[in-house]
Amino acid sequence: MSAIPSSPLKAEVKKLNFYYNLVQALKDVNLPIAEKRITALIGPSGCGKTTYLRCFNRMHDLYPGNRYEGEIILYPDQLNIISPKVDPIEVRMRISMVFQKPNPFPKTVFENVAYGLRVRGETRRNLLEEKVEKALKQAALWGEVKDRIHDLAFNLSGGQQQRLCIARALATNPEILLFDEPTSALDPTATSKIEELIMQLKKEITIIIVTHNMQQAARVSDYTAFMYLGEIIEFDKTDKVFTHPSIRLTEEYITGRFG
Amino acid sequence: METGKIRKRIALNRFRDHLFWIIGLLSTLIGFVLLFTLIIDLFIDGFPRLTLQFFLSYPSRFPEKAGILSAWVGTILVMIVTAATAVPLGIAAGIYLEEYGKKNWLTHLIEINMNNLAGVPSIIYGLLALAFFVYFLKFGESILTGGLTLGLLILPMVVIATRESIRAIPNSIREASYALGATKWQTIKDHILPYSFGGILTGVIIGLSRAIGETAPIITVGALTFIAFLPTSPISSEFPFLSFKWLMDPFTVMPIQMFNWISRPQTAFHINAAAAGIALLLMTLFMNGFAIYLRYRFRKRIKW
Amino acid sequence: MKRKLSTKIKERAIENLLLLSALSSIFITVSIVFILFYEALGFFKDVSLWEFLTGKQWTPLFAQPKFGILPLVTGTLLVTGIAVLVALPVGLIVAVYLSEYAPFKIKEVVKPILELLAAVPTVVYGYFALLFLTPILQKFIPNLSGFNALSPGIIMGIMIIPYVSSVSEDAMKAVPMHIREGSYAMGATKFQTAFKVVIPSAFSGIAAAFIIGISRAIGETMVVAIAAGMMPNLTLNPIEPIQTLTAYIVGVSLGDVPHGTLEYKTIFAAGITLFLMTLFLNILGFWFRKRIREVY
Repeated sequence: MSAIPSSPLKAEVKKLNFYYNLVQALKDVNLPIAEKRITALIGPSGCGKTTYLRCFNRMHDLYPGNRYEGEIILYPDQLNIISPKVDPIEVRMRISMVFQKPNPFPKTVFENVAYGLRVRGETRRNLLEEKVEKALKQAALWGEVKDRIHDLAFNLSGGQQQRLCIARALATNPEILLFDEPTSALDPTATSKIEELIMQLKKEITIIIVTHNMQQAARVSDYTAFMYLGEIIEFDKTDKVFTHPSIRLTEEYITGRFG
Repeated sequence: METGKIRKRIALNRFRDHLFWIIGLLSTLIGFVLLFTLIIDLFIDGFPRLTLQFFLSYPSRFPEKAGILSAWVGTILVMIVTAATAVPLGIAAGIYLEEYGKKNWLTHLIEINMNNLAGVPSIIYGLLALAFFVYFLKFGESILTGGLTLGLLILPMVVIATRESIRAIPNSIREASYALGATKWQTIKDHILPYSFGGILTGVIIGLSRAIGETAPIITVGALTFIAFLPTSPISSEFPFLSFKWLMDPFTVMPIQMFNWISRPQTAFHINAAAAGIALLLMTLFMNGFAIYLRYRFRKRIKW
Repeated sequence: MKRKLSTKIKERAIENLLLLSALSSIFITVSIVFILFYEALGFFKDVSLWEFLTGKQWTPLFAQPKFGILPLVTGTLLVTGIAVLVALPVGLIVAVYLSEYAPFKIKEVVKPILELLAAVPTVVYGYFALLFLTPILQKFIPNLSGFNALSPGIIMGIMIIPYVSSVSEDAMKAVPMHIREGSYAMGATKFQTAFKVVIPSAFSGIAAAFIIGISRAIGETMVVAIAAGMMPNLTLNPIEPIQTLTAYIVGVSLGDVPHGTLEYKTIFAAGITLFLMTLFLNILGFWFRKRIREVY
């Protein structure tokens, strides 16, 4: 069911179970996350992939009634990031997220990207400007906004706003970048720009991406996990999963027989 | 039913429908007509009296000499205390209920109380203030007491305005902030408060405009109706240049001055009352209008 | 990067500070109840509850004082009754018109005006009642006394129309469109649909609106203090002067009321009566609003 990647691991999910009050949403999930690679999660609606993703940055802590069981070990310091002893804010400072619908703050482009830095206590203007520019360049947005960096973010197009959110997430140098269906609200042109961007980013950072678009997963990722009803059905190199899946259920999903 | 009967029935129904449409429109216009009549009447009675002298004179036994100086100064000073009470307390309570409150019995109890207090007659607040602020805390019949009383009165309005403005902020913005590692307070300070500011400000202004017109609780706490002096100035000539003595001074406010003049039998005082009424009405309508304008401006800036 | 302990302490402190602010509402309610009951208890040490509830005269300041609350209560109810007679039907009709008939443009104009109607200070309404409406009414009702219940009652009714109409309209807006469509599809007119389908569906909300209106009328002070008179009078005749619970409290407060005297306590006795009346109505209104949520 799962093959250990040959490259070093950034994180490892061990026996992860998750409960929304009494409902079990994730069952016994075991998954390695390769460093500086893109791991994709696919599966039909409601299979638990977003739930799984949001465990990585402790988003579930924001709402009452949620419970984690098991471990997500972050390397190299071997920290279990879902342990109740670990501060969720610490986790979020090391792991960033880009959401499904672009959600820039109603502030300027500059302030959006700078916010994560301000939260970490950075106030020096020249350093902020440097890091904001770097992040916007990493997100392939700098050219388009450098003359309107103090304009409101709301004035950007949908695709630009999403790249802004990516820049915002990158500005703080996260160790893992989580993408939750990042292009599902965008048109095809914006989508392909972002897919290109994601593939560029993997050279510098570990990426986990959840997508309901199988072609996207096939195009972009190195490893793919297929989830169904809260369980990992199959995990392997992307090529293998899409051309020779080992499990019948995986094959049925990939060929469009359900979901 | 035969066709003839059906047609008659339809005609009857249509007639009633049309009749009601007329009645409905007229009833709705009653409000407009009444407001218009009231304002015209007030202006006819009081406008000639609106001179500079009127605004700069103290009340007097002689209606021609009487003015609203102590009244409008008193109103402003009381409003300062009212705002200083209701705004921080109300916004803090609103933030707690929306961002921190879990769905437990305590939060529920707080909400029930808040909603209930909005329906308590204003004079009851006057009684509360009389026993508690005037006598128990020994603040006496002062501007401080008046301001605190009105502050408590409009507190539910500020809380409700705060809550509604905060609720309008989509959750995705909160999640974006938390995902960047912000704490709860950082998220509130950097995002929730700034984005809800417009709605809160509007609610505060509407609350204050209501407080300006409140008479009953202020009478109950002992505002005097004949004040021929101003409270101690907040600016003093010696260090530290700021004095708080005015808080404990006796005072009067605009609606009380108007009430006092209406209660006199002489028509000349009634004219003064009308003039004071115009000033009061203009203050209130201006504040409400300003609040509506602000609401419009802020809605344009932030589009969720 | 460890989070400093001081940040965590600061977060906790802020949360507690905000909680205290929220608790203020409970504190205020408790204070009101406590003070009213405490002072009323002091009152009932000197005055029998029986006389209070059944006595027909309220003259606490006379040499031979009488402490029957009935005249003040009937005064309050009389003026409220008149106000309600004006406000409830008109408010409901306005709500139906705005909700079912009025085009958007008219609504845009009308709704702010109704808001303004509610924003006018009550002293100004009192002026209007005493110096404008009463003289006009006296032309039609020759023996209308200068202070009476009719004039403030009508003015209060007009004052309350916006409350009744806006809450009723909200209740009717909440009725889903498909319920109306069922009625229209059977050939009903707007009028028939509004009264036979929409209003019954919105019943709880409309009842809540009515209760809000009544409660507001009962608690109103200045209009009656100015135009209804300061003489307690056990009557149901609207052309006579009366005094309401609220006007009594104001009347006494205008004079010198030393702390702790029987006179001082009478305003709390009136106050607690008023409070219990509006509390009852508020609970009723709350119950109706709960029913709305259960229906949808």
